[in-house]
Amino acid sequence: MPDRQELEQQLRSALEGAKTALEELVPDLKPAPVAPVDTSVTLAGMVMKNPVVVASGTFGFGREYGEFYDLSELGGICAKGLTLHRREGNPAPRIAETPMGILNSVGLQNPGVDAFIADELPFLRQFDVKVIANISGNTPEEYRIMCEKLAEAGVDMIEVNISCPNVKAGGLAYGTRPELAAEVTRMAKSHAGSVPVMVKLSPNVTDITEIAKAAEGAGADALSLINTIRGMRIDVDTRRPILKMNTGGLSGPAVLPVAVRMVWEVANAVRLPILGMGGVSSGEDAAQLMLAGASAVAVGTACFADPFAPLTVRDGLAAIAAKQGLTSVSQLTGGVRPW
Amino acid sequence: MKVERSCKIVHKTQTGDAIFMVLEAGDMVRTSYRNPGQFVHIRCGDALLLRRPISVASCQEDWPHDLVTIVFEVRGQGTAWLADRKLGETLDVLGLLGNGFPMRREGRYLLVGGGIGVPPLWGCAQYTSGKSTAILGFRSREKAILLDLFREDCAKTLIATDDGSLGYHGFVDALVRQELEQDRAYDAVLACGPKPMLKNVAKAAKEFGVPCKVSMEERMGCGVGACLVCACDMKDGSRKHVCKDGPVFDAEEVDWDA
Repeated sequence: MPDRQELEQQLRSALEGAKTALEELVPDLKPAPVAPVDTSVTLAGMVMKNPVVVASGTFGFGREYGEFYDLSELGGICAKGLTLHRREGNPAPRIAETPMGILNSVGLQNPGVDAFIADELPFLRQFDVKVIANISGNTPEEYRIMCEKLAEAGVDMIEVNISCPNVKAGGLAYGTRPELAAEVTRMAKSHAGSVPVMVKLSPNVTDITEIAKAAEGAGADALSLINTIRGMRIDVDTRRPILKMNTGGLSGPAVLPVAVRMVWEVANAVRLPILGMGGVSSGEDAAQLMLAGASAVAVGTACFADPFAPLTVRDGLAAIAAKQGLTSVSQLTGGVRPW
Repeated sequence: MKVERSCKIVHKTQTGDAIFMVLEAGDMVRTSYRNPGQFVHIRCGDALLLRRPISVASCQEDWPHDLVTIVFEVRGQGTAWLADRKLGETLDVLGLLGNGFPMRREGRYLLVGGGIGVPPLWGCAQYTSGKSTAILGFRSREKAILLDLFREDCAKTLIATDDGSLGYHGFVDALVRQELEQDRAYDAVLACGPKPMLKNVAKAAKEFGVPCKVSMEERMGCGVGACLVCACDMKDGSRKHVCKDGPVFDAEEVDWDA
């Protein structure tokens, strides 16, 4: 009399055999092998485990959303825009809601580059996530000093902001004139050491490819786009603009088609890798930017509605790649089939 | 720790313009309660990108669901959507956010509220269980809310209306002066309401040498301190953020002339 264990063993192998025989008879029963999609991407030599970065100015220095989930889940974090010295930013109101968008005018409030290096960078370094510092200067000299400090401190990438619509000096001026964009890019590049330099482009120009080419010619390693689109909202009863600074930058789903178009134009004009952003809140939104030519995507305003939006985008992208039979999310990049 | 929870509406009543809702909030109070006067950030439908910050009137740990009470008025699209939600529906809520009023249970406070700024003070009244005094201001008798609850949880409740239709005819700061003239043995004046009211109450408290904490309001984005839009001007020239540094600030810190 076989003991219980032996019986179980016999039963199991009989079941296995029946299952294999059945699967051979009816091939559809056999589950298709699920090839895991490789979500890693490379942006100017910087390897990220997934293509989702959180956009500068929407995620602080990570501490707040770090209370909701592990920041190591993200591909990269673009830290809040830094200036050489501490800035208190613009007076409130700094935000106005619009149809499927928001206008903001924060005005680069930040503790300054030294405080970032001393107080925030060590915090971010605890996580398995790429850290991108975003910098704005009033003069090329300020960009130089900040690049030197950040290169020495050790960040994974420097995003040179030449497109902030909410500050008077510098900011947007550098982003709308090719020769100034080139000057700032050259300055950053020559003082960032081995840290890759990504230039953030403004959509508030007639032809974004002119600025993209200027940055490429000056040695940029990557481009990020789009920054916000200048806009305005007025309270008809008080006849006052909602924003204290009158105008601000539009972001959110409303700007996604503009971002897709501009990423596509820039991808066709330069050879640099692109971090695409503007209104992304789903995997499909992100896939559009990647198909248009982006190597990675940033999620920003979507976080305000849903702190988990970057993770939803990441998982949505992987699902789209899997559904399309791709082995890697990066195969989406530049895959648009224009008419 | 702050949490995002799907919260079921288990009680809803309307008194005049004020809507009173009790939410089953999972572990929200257990995980993120600090003190009375915090707020929740509620998603108001798919058509609006920004959540709406609503102050917590009262909350308690419970099992299996903590309970959070909010009281709000329809001010725009977001609160109109919220007011339309029915009993049993669920809301997407971030909470509990911000720093409320620093309080001691054995303390005695002068609670001063104006209009829809009144609800969070009810939580303060409960916290000191019957020892505090409330001074509540409304535009008119029809606008007065939560009076019975304050009368139950305060040693004394004084009412002011702008049109004199209920209680004292005038603003709350006059009642604050009257009260402090008779009795200034309060740990602090805690105030919530429109900014001009807060400014006047802060001034009255200062005249009598009583500390004053105020709950500020500003157009908000993320609600957690990441986007930096809800700036509040401080006397020292810095700008703090209502959602993360506040909403409650020391009245002495705030630049009332900004």
